[in-house]
Amino acid sequence: MTTPVLSVRDLVVEIPTRRGILRPVDRVSFDIAGGEILGVVGESGAGKSMTGNAVIGLLDPPARISSGEVLLSGDPIHNIGRERLRRLRGKRMGMIFQDPLTSLNPLLTVGDQLTETILEHLDVSQTEARKRAVAALEEVGIPAAAARINSYPHEFSGGMRQRVVIALALCAEPDLVIADEPTTALDVSVQAQIVALLKRLCRERGVAVMLITHDMGVIAEAADRVAVMYAGRLAEIGPVRQVITDAHHPYTSGLMASTPLASSGRERLRQIPGSMPRLESLPSGCAFHPRCERAAPKCRQDPYPRVEECDGRVACWYPLAGAEVAEASE
Amino acid sequence: MSALISVRGLSRIFDVSKPWLNRVIERREKAFLTAISDVSFEVEDKSVYALVGESGSGKSTVGKIIVGLLGPSKGTVEIDGVNLATEARRSEVERVRAEVQMIFQDPFASLNPRWRVRDIVNEPMAARGGDTEGLAERLLEQVGLSADDADKFPHEFSGGQRQRICIARALASQPRVIVCDEPTSALDVSVQAQVLNLMSDLREELGLTYVFISHDLTVVQHMADRIGVLYLGRLVEEAPRDTLFAAPKHPYTRMLFEAAPKMDGFGREVDPPKGEIPDPINPPPGCAYHPRCPLAEARCKEEPPEMRRLGETRVACHLAE
Repeated sequence: MTTPVLSVRDLVVEIPTRRGILRPVDRVSFDIAGGEILGVVGESGAGKSMTGNAVIGLLDPPARISSGEVLLSGDPIHNIGRERLRRLRGKRMGMIFQDPLTSLNPLLTVGDQLTETILEHLDVSQTEARKRAVAALEEVGIPAAAARINSYPHEFSGGMRQRVVIALALCAEPDLVIADEPTTALDVSVQAQIVALLKRLCRERGVAVMLITHDMGVIAEAADRVAVMYAGRLAEIGPVRQVITDAHHPYTSGLMASTPLASSGRERLRQIPGSMPRLESLPSGCAFHPRCERAAPKCRQDPYPRVEECDGRVACWYPLAGAEVAEASE
Repeated sequence: MSALISVRGLSRIFDVSKPWLNRVIERREKAFLTAISDVSFEVEDKSVYALVGESGSGKSTVGKIIVGLLGPSKGTVEIDGVNLATEARRSEVERVRAEVQMIFQDPFASLNPRWRVRDIVNEPMAARGGDTEGLAERLLEQVGLSADDADKFPHEFSGGQRQRICIARALASQPRVIVCDEPTSALDVSVQAQVLNLMSDLREELGLTYVFISHDLTVVQHMADRIGVLYLGRLVEEAPRDTLFAAPKHPYTRMLFEAAPKMDGFGREVDPPKGEIPDPINPPPGCAYHPRCPLAEARCKEEPPEMRRLGETRVACHLAE
C-alpha cells in the first residue's frame, strides 16, 4: 500500500481558556491519497476549519496541537519548528481561503505575488519564475494571462481573484492543497467554474485536496470521500456516495433530510431539534445525544463513540442500517 | 385570486459618481448604476413569490422598494391598491406600512445589541402607538422561543434563534406581507430547516404573503409558488414554480439550474458556464445576457428583448419558444 499524502492521526487541538481547556478538534483521524478530494463538512463551529489550520500549521495561539500526529507523505509535520514548517507551506502544502480579497496582498501585483512564491520555494531564475507565473495563471483559466499578470488584485472580479489564489496555492507544485470554503463567497455560476477547476487540477496533477465546506451539493459533486464533523469530532467518514445516500450516523442523516431537495417539493423539511452544543458546555458521551431521537443511556456516558471503535466509518453506538434509514425517511 | 402587490415598470438608478472635485480634476462624467430596470410582476394574496438571481441582480433592491426603504426612480409599487410613494391620505399610508414587514439576511446585524428582546419585538407596534402589553411574550412563543426570553439581550441567542426574534418582530404589527431578504443564508443547514418550517407554518396560520429573496435555488424551490429570475437588474423569466423547474425557457435560467451543485450529482462533470456577471455601470447593449449566452445571435446584441408570454411563463428572450 502506498503512503497517503496526508495522514492525520488522533489530532487534538486545545485552546486553554480561563474557564478550562476547550477542544475544537478532538481525536480526529483521516487519510488523503494523491489525486483524491476529501470533503470535510459540518456546521459552523464543528471544527472543520480548525482541522485544516492545524494540518497546515496556521493555528492562532493560544490554540495548539496538544496530541496526535500529522504526517505529510509519511514525515511528521506537527512537531517541526516554525521555520521548517514555513518552508513546507507553499512548497508542499498550499492553502485556499474563503475570501480571495483578504488572501491577496492589495499592494503587490498578482505577478509579484506569484513570482515571490515561486522564487522562495523553487530554485529558478527571475525570468523563469515569471514564465512559470504566467503559465500558472493560464492553467487556472485567466484570459490574457501575460497582460493580466501586472494587474493588482482589486482589478480582478471575485471569481478571477479566487483563480489567482488557486494559482498561488499551486504554483510551487504542492502535494497537498487545503481549500477552506473556496466557493462560499462566490455566485452559483462562478462556483461551478471554480469547482470544475479544482477537480481538473486535482486529477491532472495528482494533488491531494482537503475541501472544507458546508455545502453538501459541492461535496457530492467534487469529493471522492467525505468526513462529517460534529462538535470537533468525526461523526462519519466514507466514500461520498455511501455517506450521502446511505448515512449511518443520525446526524448525517438528519443533515441530509434537512437540506431542501429538488424532489421533496413543498413537504415539511425534517428538522434536527436544537443546535450544536458550545464547546465549553459539551454534553457527556456522544455530543449529538441531546438532539438525537435514537439516544440511549449508553450514548450519555463517556467515553463517547469514535469511528475507530465502531465500524471504521461511523462514530455511533447505534448506527442506522440501510433499512432503518428508509423507514425513518418515510 | 387577486394581486396583493403589483410592481409595474420598476426601475432604480443609483448615482455612483465620484465627488464633484474628483470629477473636475479627473475629467470624468457622472456615473450611474441601474440596479433594476423595468421590472414588472404581481404577487397574489397568500402566496410566496420568490426572486432569484446572483449578486448584483437587483433582487434586494426590489425588496427594499417594496417595503419602502428605497424609492423607485421610475415605475410603481402598489400594495393592496395603495401606492406608498404617491398616496396622499395618511391613514392609508399608515395602514399599508403596518401591513408590510421585512426580515433581513444577517440576524447579527439586524437586532440592536443594546435593546432587550421585548423592546425589539414590540417596536413595530410601539412605533404606531399600539398596545404592546404581553405582545412580545406571545410572539416569542409563537416563533418557538420562550416568553422568558423577552428579558434577554440579542447576544444571548444563536443565529437561528436570532432569526426567530426577527420573525417575531416582523409579526408584531400583524402584517399581511413579509419581504424576506435571504432569511436563511447566514444559517447552518439544520437550523435553516427549522426556520423554513417555521415560516411555512406561520404562513398557513396567519395567511401571510411572502416575497422571498434568495440565491439558493433549492430553498426557493421548497418555498415558492411563483418565481421571478433576475439578471443584471432585469426580470428575464417568471413562471409558477413547477413550470419553471420543469421547463426553464431563458438560457440564463437554464444555466443557473445546470450550475447549481446537486446532492445526487456524484462526480458530475458540468460544463461550467462561461464568463461572469458584467459590470452593471456599463451593461452590454441589447440583451444583457448575450455575451455569455450560447444561443446569442446578431439580434440579441442590439435589441433588448421584450417580456413575452409563453403559456404560463413570461420570458424576456428573442429565441425562447
